[in-house]
Amino acid sequence: MTDLVDRQKLSYIAAQAADARLNVELETEGMTLNIGPQHPATHGTLRIIVRLDGEQVVWADPGAGYMHRGYEKLTEVRTFPQVTTLINRIDWLGSFANEVPFILAAEQLMDIEAPPRAQWIRTILFELSRIANVSLFLGDLGVQLGAITPVFMAFRDREYVLNLIEGATGGRFHPNFDRIGGLKDDLPKGWIDETRQVMKKLRNFCDEIENLLFGNKIFQDRTRGIGVIPPAVALQYGMSGANLRASGIDWDLRRDQRIALAYDKVDFKVWTHPDGDSFARCWIRLQETREATKIVDQLLDGIPSGPVMAKVPRIIKVPAGEAWVSTENPLGEMGYYVVSQGELGPFRVKIRTASFNNISIVPWVLRGVYVPDIITILASLYFILGDIDK
Amino acid sequence: MAPLSDAPDAPALASDTLRESIVDTLRSRLGDAIVDVKLVPGVDLWVRVRTDAWRDAGLALRDMGFHYFCFLSAIDWMPSPYGRGEDDPTAPPPERKTEIVQGYTGGETRFQVFARLTDLERHVGITIKADVADVVDAADGDHVIDSWVTNYAGANWHERECHEMFGIRFAGHPDLRNMYLPTDFEGHPLRKDFPLLARHVKPWPGIVDVEPLPDEGDDAAAGEGASDD
Repeated sequence: MTDLVDRQKLSYIAAQAADARLNVELETEGMTLNIGPQHPATHGTLRIIVRLDGEQVVWADPGAGYMHRGYEKLTEVRTFPQVTTLINRIDWLGSFANEVPFILAAEQLMDIEAPPRAQWIRTILFELSRIANVSLFLGDLGVQLGAITPVFMAFRDREYVLNLIEGATGGRFHPNFDRIGGLKDDLPKGWIDETRQVMKKLRNFCDEIENLLFGNKIFQDRTRGIGVIPPAVALQYGMSGANLRASGIDWDLRRDQRIALAYDKVDFKVWTHPDGDSFARCWIRLQETREATKIVDQLLDGIPSGPVMAKVPRIIKVPAGEAWVSTENPLGEMGYYVVSQGELGPFRVKIRTASFNNISIVPWVLRGVYVPDIITILASLYFILGDIDK
Repeated sequence: MAPLSDAPDAPALASDTLRESIVDTLRSRLGDAIVDVKLVPGVDLWVRVRTDAWRDAGLALRDMGFHYFCFLSAIDWMPSPYGRGEDDPTAPPPERKTEIVQGYTGGETRFQVFARLTDLERHVGITIKADVADVVDAADGDHVIDSWVTNYAGANWHERECHEMFGIRFAGHPDLRNMYLPTDFEGHPLRKDFPLLARHVKPWPGIVDVEPLPDEGDDAAAGEGASDD
């Protein structure tokens, strides 16, 4: 780790030296450029103010808050089952994955556990939301670099996954399917076979994207060596998910914590990349989408029978206590710190979203880069505005 | 880390040597600055430190291998004077409890800050808490505690959010601008005495169509699964 800290210091010094050199050699007048809030690369309404010296960024200041909906305050006036309706809307591309850690935290406080079948179905739907979320990222990535085709392919193939989620839960974007103690319903007839077919299509989609985009010379030139984040810096900023693994840190909450989901029953690889640049972050996400389809296939093969709902009281009162549960969501580590005082609703819920930490590194990583790279770096960090603003 | 009660490889829950050793190491670093410890074997660990040791505690944990900064936030332990916002606006306001009940590891003050750190090598996390003194800084009316920015660069945004939402000022933070709220916004929305105006303007429709709650006896008897929310 000492080595990493040294590298961090060195990169700081290098950035400062770059600034100083610019000021001495060029003596250009600085310029302030405002990106967003309405910009295709901001996935919503993120505003970034960058101070430029020539073509180079001197400092960048992201301004969030254009979509702040106050979910932490709203949870305090809801009952526990009602909270899932709110938290569905945090990361709207992978909604089901938002519900799971909250429900697990409530279950941990109530000391109950969902039946095995419910845990397996939860895990399957969790991975399906990951595929739906990240496949859109893979398509959108092309658009940010000027390639139009991948996004049509992504929307086409994501539709299959959304249809599956709709078939099982009734909602394409906001399933609201997870319940304390299990799930609302069992899977519909024929769903498992259909899912197997779709997973094959999604693997083809990953291959297509890999051939079309990742081997492309322009794509490689625009992303290789751009926006490098050393591991020590990534950890300090609390980056998680594919962004952390792209910096070479082998950490995946699906594998590295004991949690009441079926991940310990399947065999999967956690991909890492040593480079920490934009290319690594995109590449990791591509591999993870493919890996997720394999996880779903394995889970479908071994899905146990039985009920999908444990015995819980009709009126859910959660005993007093505190619980922290986080899961490896499509965007990174998402968790809920739930404080209950033995009433119908939570006393306080701290929502830890992945994008908030992932974007807090932007002022650091954008320093010294060139203007066109701002867009590729933001795209490769991959954030959803609802996930920053909560 | 939820307990897997029926997992075959679940360790014996009576003792948790890993988390105990963390507490011991932390105690040797911080001494009597550790006020209280709550350890649920195999599940999680909570430590509360004195207010003046907040920054040192973060530094000590970072040196002990907790390199991954997860989040930092605060809790307002005062019960809300507005309840859950389901009052009938035409009726006189009901009596509510005003007694402050603290959570794990206790506390003496209304506000507490807490942070979550993870050790990626030993696969263990820790929640660390500290009271925020009730003494209010005269200049801006904020409660004050040390900043963690020097310990973890990622604490920057979390402290900005915490400052605007709870009115806790982090001494040593370089830039406590508002993150979400407009610059001229008055009040601190996540404080319990900040009213949720939507509920005051229009009563929560949920109270109209819920059926009357059964009393406690029925509650225990109704074990037939399906919550019909």
